[in-house]
Amino acid sequence: MAVDATKQEAHITVRNLTMAYGDFVIQRDLSFTVNRGEVFIIMGGSGCGKSTLMRHMIGLKTPAKGEVLYGEKDFWAADLEDRQRMMRHFGVLYQSGALWSSMTLAENVALPLEEYTDLSPNDIREVASLKLALVGLAGFEEFYPSEISGGMQKRAGLARAMALDPDILFFDEPSAGLDPISARLLDDLILELRDSLGATVVVVTHELASIFAIADNSVFLDPETRTMIAVGNPKTLRDESEDPKVHRFLTRGESTLPGE
Amino acid sequence: MASQAQLSFDRPDNRTLIVRLAGSWRVADGVPSPSAVQDELESDPPVECIRFDTQNLGAWDTGLLIFLRKLQDGFANRQVEVDAGGLPEGAGRLLNLAAAVPEKKDTGKGAKRTSFLAMVGGEVITAVASTAEMVRFIGEATIALGAFLRGRASYRRSELMLIIQECGAQALPIVSLISFLVGLILAFVGAVQLMQFGAQIYVADLVGIAMVREMGAMMAAIIMAGRTGAAFAAQLGTMTVNEEIDALKTLGISPMEFLVLPRMLALILMMPLLCLYADLVGMLGGLLVGVGMLDITFVEYFNQTVGAVDLNDIALGVVKSAVFGVLVALSGCLRGMQSGRSASAVGVAATSAVVTAIVFIIVTDAIFAVVTNIIGV
Repeated sequence: MAVDATKQEAHITVRNLTMAYGDFVIQRDLSFTVNRGEVFIIMGGSGCGKSTLMRHMIGLKTPAKGEVLYGEKDFWAADLEDRQRMMRHFGVLYQSGALWSSMTLAENVALPLEEYTDLSPNDIREVASLKLALVGLAGFEEFYPSEISGGMQKRAGLARAMALDPDILFFDEPSAGLDPISARLLDDLILELRDSLGATVVVVTHELASIFAIADNSVFLDPETRTMIAVGNPKTLRDESEDPKVHRFLTRGESTLPGE
Repeated sequence: MASQAQLSFDRPDNRTLIVRLAGSWRVADGVPSPSAVQDELESDPPVECIRFDTQNLGAWDTGLLIFLRKLQDGFANRQVEVDAGGLPEGAGRLLNLAAAVPEKKDTGKGAKRTSFLAMVGGEVITAVASTAEMVRFIGEATIALGAFLRGRASYRRSELMLIIQECGAQALPIVSLISFLVGLILAFVGAVQLMQFGAQIYVADLVGIAMVREMGAMMAAIIMAGRTGAAFAAQLGTMTVNEEIDALKTLGISPMEFLVLPRMLALILMMPLLCLYADLVGMLGGLLVGVGMLDITFVEYFNQTVGAVDLNDIALGVVKSAVFGVLVALSGCLRGMQSGRSASAVGVAATSAVVTAIVFIIVTDAIFAVVTNIIGV
């Protein structure tokens, strides 16, 4: 979906972000903007800090330097209560699904609703069923996470991420561990949700097929120089990027730039 | 035709060495050492070119590759031309594959020696940090408890009930067994000594007071540390590995209230009950020895016990057991939340939860002993 350039509005702004574990810097000087309603990809080779970057954006790790802005608001400068209020507008799908294993799928989806809405138990049950139906898991309400397959766990995790109708959906490696068809279906679901909910979507992945299928914009992290080396639409980057690393990544190493 | 691996040499002219490999070159069958080739290289006149002859080579596997790799290392600092053409095609390709990515030197692993002082310093820094973390955890737990008392904590009642059942009713069999035997043992130890004075009736006092003041609470606590504390650590550790705790945090639900609080409450509620139960069963153990071995009648033993144990003793045991309950729950949850993100880390967390809990239980019990002695309870 081509976003009209004149209507672009920054939803998430990352400014001069440096991430570190103690003294060990993982990535430095990251600056990029995610516009409202676009699918934004965080990509890069294994171990470059993609998931860590996402953990900084969703409030699980404090940046060593720099800021993350949602709209105009500085996320990490806000106090804990404000931050939690902002976090309620996120839905996060973790790599393993991260469903709470002691609860059924319906209870998993219902928990955020119980916490943050005044709905009656009956309504909550209906909302939970609907969200599960949206991801193709109608009829699985009373199953425990350990009783369903990995792909189903991911979809149930997505249902939970959507429970509060979030403005922003974060996905950590959505297609990892899925067969190509399930991965494709999940990609379609992501696009469908973006279009119907109008949500902004941030995806951490290195799955090229997914990247080209869903991305509007992306950032490329490089583990060697420990910073970002490209921003833009992945297709444009593939065709036009001058950087050999970006080019090699986006072509699966199959073609090299002239002069290399 | 699993013949032994054979290595022989040929010098067709002054500058060339032909290395002949024959027989089966497999790790399991044993492979000749490459030093023979080195020796051959040292000999006069100097070798300038090496070729391989593998016409009689049988089966080969990693054994051959290791031999060739060691040879290559030997050639590296020598002016020798190596013609790998004679090698089996697969072996040549595998060797190229192994050499394709140069060895990474600065991985930060391996031979990094730290001095003794640096090690001591490092340990101290770790200890200070972990103490700070523990204090913070206790503070957060207290805040969660405060939120609960004001009725504002978010946790699931059904989960609390489940944990209460898990660490209450389901612990009864093991608590029964252990405290019965502890009562029995105390009675035996006392009986042998007291019989010398004909004072065996005081076995009832001994068992009653020891169970009620010390052993009931302590035994229940140690059983719960091994049983429930380890389970808490393993549960929370696995939840950390599965990112379930992260999922709670991003929803703005405090893991302290949602996970730690119900576990703490369950143990605070159940430990005093388990302690009273353990007291009773322990005294039954003593009764068995008294009536069965020491010719004390049931009524005598009962009256003696009632006379010896007063309400203060019982209250002390019960208060202690509630405190022990908090300690077991906190150490289990603390270690679980600190757990690393791997299967072995969860095991470490469970072990460390039990150790932490038992240490705290004994230390606290000692403090109780001193304090009650001073204030005369």
